[in-house]
Amino acid sequence: MAGKVKWVTDIEKSVLINNFEKRGWVQVTESEDWNFYWMSVQTIRNVFSVETGYRLSDDQIVNHFPNHYELTRKDLMVKNIKRYRKELEKEGSPLAEKDENGKYLYLDFVPVTYMLPADYNLFVEEFRKSPSSTWIMKPCGKAQGKGIFLINKLSQIKKWSRDSKTSSFVSQSTKEAYVISLYINNPLLIGGRKFDLRLYVLVSTYRPLRCYMYKLGFCRFCTVKYTPSTSELDNMFVHLTNVAIQKHGEDYNHIHGGKWTVSNLRLYLESTRGREVTSKLFDEIHWIIVQSLKAVAPVMNNDKHCFECYGYDIIIDDKLKPWLIEVNASPSLTSSTANDRILKYNLINDTLNIAVPNGEIPDCKWNKAPPKEVLGNYEILYDEELAQGDGADRELRSRSGQTPGPKGGRSRDTGRTVLTTWK
Amino acid sequence: MKCHRPRVGPGRPFSSCWRPVPAAWRARAGEMLQEESDLSLLIAQIVQKLKGSNLYAQLERQAWASLQRPEIRLESLKEDIKEFFKISGWEKKLQNAVYSELNVYPLPSHPAAPPEHLKEPLVYMRKAQGSWEKRILKSLNSMCTELSIPLARKRPVGQQKELLNKWNEMGTDEPDLSLFRPVYAPKDFLEVLINLRNPNYENGDSLSFRTHLGLIQVPLKVKDIPELKECFVELGLNIGQLGIDDSTQVPPEFFENEHVRIGQKVLAEQDSAAAQQYIRQGSPTALRAELWALILNISSQPEDLLYYEQLKTNVIQHDLLVDSLIYKDVKLTASNDDYYFVFEDYLYQVLLCFSRDTSVLGHFAYNSASPPKSYIRGKLGLEEYAVFYPPNGVIPFHGFSMYVAPLCFLYHEPYKLYQTFREMYVRFFFRLHSISSHPSGIVSLCLLFETLLQTYLPQLFYHLREIGAQPLRISFKWMVRAFSGYLATDQLLLLWDRILGYNSLEVLAVLAAAVFAFRAVNLMEVTSLAAAEAVLADLSTLKVMPLLQIFLFATVT
Repeated sequence: MAGKVKWVTDIEKSVLINNFEKRGWVQVTESEDWNFYWMSVQTIRNVFSVETGYRLSDDQIVNHFPNHYELTRKDLMVKNIKRYRKELEKEGSPLAEKDENGKYLYLDFVPVTYMLPADYNLFVEEFRKSPSSTWIMKPCGKAQGKGIFLINKLSQIKKWSRDSKTSSFVSQSTKEAYVISLYINNPLLIGGRKFDLRLYVLVSTYRPLRCYMYKLGFCRFCTVKYTPSTSELDNMFVHLTNVAIQKHGEDYNHIHGGKWTVSNLRLYLESTRGREVTSKLFDEIHWIIVQSLKAVAPVMNNDKHCFECYGYDIIIDDKLKPWLIEVNASPSLTSSTANDRILKYNLINDTLNIAVPNGEIPDCKWNKAPPKEVLGNYEILYDEELAQGDGADRELRSRSGQTPGPKGGRSRDTGRTVLTTWK
Repeated sequence: MKCHRPRVGPGRPFSSCWRPVPAAWRARAGEMLQEESDLSLLIAQIVQKLKGSNLYAQLERQAWASLQRPEIRLESLKEDIKEFFKISGWEKKLQNAVYSELNVYPLPSHPAAPPEHLKEPLVYMRKAQGSWEKRILKSLNSMCTELSIPLARKRPVGQQKELLNKWNEMGTDEPDLSLFRPVYAPKDFLEVLINLRNPNYENGDSLSFRTHLGLIQVPLKVKDIPELKECFVELGLNIGQLGIDDSTQVPPEFFENEHVRIGQKVLAEQDSAAAQQYIRQGSPTALRAELWALILNISSQPEDLLYYEQLKTNVIQHDLLVDSLIYKDVKLTASNDDYYFVFEDYLYQVLLCFSRDTSVLGHFAYNSASPPKSYIRGKLGLEEYAVFYPPNGVIPFHGFSMYVAPLCFLYHEPYKLYQTFREMYVRFFFRLHSISSHPSGIVSLCLLFETLLQTYLPQLFYHLREIGAQPLRISFKWMVRAFSGYLATDQLLLLWDRILGYNSLEVLAVLAAAVFAFRAVNLMEVTSLAAAEAVLADLSTLKVMPLLQIFLFATVT
């Protein structure tokens, strides 16, 4: 039995540190020999950068993939998904089927998005098709709702058009790049309030794709009643669900933090809308997560030293269609309420159990297939190896009445993929 | 329904035809005649009630309209119309209405019994309820005077407009509520119950193993476990239950699928009685909203929406002191609850309208409580100037809004939510905060709880009593709120399924005892009331049905 795992982190959060300490791991500094490094996204850039990077040895594991930004930057995510769709269309895959309006039947899960200033003209064309629509502007590299605003008039984003005309050959620094997406102005409301879903997805390898979904996701509610009224477009408390924003609202409550568990959501939807549509919704949510991962898998540097726990943000519209808004590489580990702290502590615990088996010094050559017992609150979302090993092609999206979607934590898991019955 | 009217009065069965008849026959015949006369009384009462209802008017209209139909012939008019009603589903609606009345109204005791007896047959209970009401009213009036706020006032037009605009988000209103206190909290009520005594009952000074060691000291009859097993037979170990047999380890083919299928059939038949029987094994989530509506005999007609809108108008036009009490209660309880905070605004919409709903006054016929009376200013004591305050006669207490909160998971249209809550209140919830001898009344529930604990967990009971932690002091608040806010919502709904299914609140007392039984090991180690409270502070992880099942069917009796 080798020595104790040596850990480093540059994110001082108790939910992390408590988990390391309870495993009896030893804290070291970056310059020493370490086995496990929970790093911020800045650090991972350094580790894998051409100039300052260094090789990781076999007994070192880090919590990010080198080019995670292919998924976690808003503009790159959209680019990769668009590319993926085109590829599937080219090879004639039934997944890329479109309806009579030219919309993808199964792969239309990201709101129409353009990069600014690069796609400005394309955007204007789209905008003019439905001039009463609202669009949301998001800076590519920021988080926590910073810098986001809504527009419903072209004049509000003149700045990007001017830049685009005059400096089409000047590369924009990443700070100024924005994406503009069609704003979902018909979100599903509960109690009259808008909410989004935060789901945690752990990826241990991209090729073959192996990912796990944390059963205990949550909904983040706005403190203010939702209104699509144009007079309230500036009121971020109405539109943005980020806790970082909401917690400054007057009505923010520190006991529940404006959060609901996903099982509450499920109970509410089943009770008010019925079982079938609710199961369909949750199946679709799993589908879009897996598709997004498949979209970036080919371009992802599948470094064997890496795993990653993503925070997926999903919005459900009033037709019960889920939309992927973004994927976060560094989901917040700050706890806003007591329940939150427990949830995040358990999240890290279960993540570590899967990423660092038995809590022992890792060997990155292992097969990354943990036994069922260590999954904790994770469920297998998609396991490419198992799915392919099943032999005959399965039906595309078989939704038999017996489809075992997660039902508040239920899973008829016999070690095979259960949440997906399609490949 | 045929009714046979005996031509002799009760109590004098065979006086007019004296024959040597065996005593047993005579007794049995006497019973039957008594039952017959009870039945005819009951039928008369139900017919009386239904005559004033909307259903009656609809049936009449349908009957008239049916005359146009070819199958209705003059020679057999009565039979044909009856047949038509059967086929078109109107007979089923009538059946459901009758069934509803049977569930809600107590059986008539004696034709000569005064109306108070329907409210509460025991004098000392009536008196206790009366003095409790006086105290509440005094508290309300003094708050009124202290704060110089009228009990009711008409809102100025400007304020009316404002409130109308804010109707869907009253939660954002932040009136200064710091000076308002809840009129009473459950623990105040508990003290009153503890001091209840039957003046006719003297059980002697000597303690024996029969002595009741709990806080409630009135001699009401409560069931023991064998009787409860008979009563709740559908919760038995051999019978499928939602809340147990739909868990992850059990394949749905065993029970769940079939149960769902039957539920859909029950809904298709629109049969209240069948639904009530069905729901004893729990309701599938997707069917629950409809099943509850069927059992409570709520059909959402346009008239109901109009009625709700009318109540809303009343709220807009007049401001009541109890409104502030409601605000405060919601802010203190539901707004801070992990499950229900989302629905805060619905709670105002329901409770403010509820206070103004005078149809609720009807339930005081069988509630031991009476609505508080107030007099128009300057006309104190003059009956012509008496009004009920609040208009529905119900003064909310701390935690009242939690009766409504769980329903928000089922209904998202305010008027449906409102109807369901109102019906649940006049059938069940009122019993949890009025003093009566009814088996589902809070006094009986407390006694049932304590007796179960003392009989089947004597060591635990004795230990807790010794350390000054009388179990009822902890479980009282659970029962008064029907466990709302203490259990996870999905578990709470499974529990309320059974309340509806058995038309009784006794399951609350049984669950409370089962919770103590479940945590008995930890409770045996505590040495203070505070520590005992801590052990029982968090019930949100409990699974209700296994607890009930084990306690009832797997406890050594």
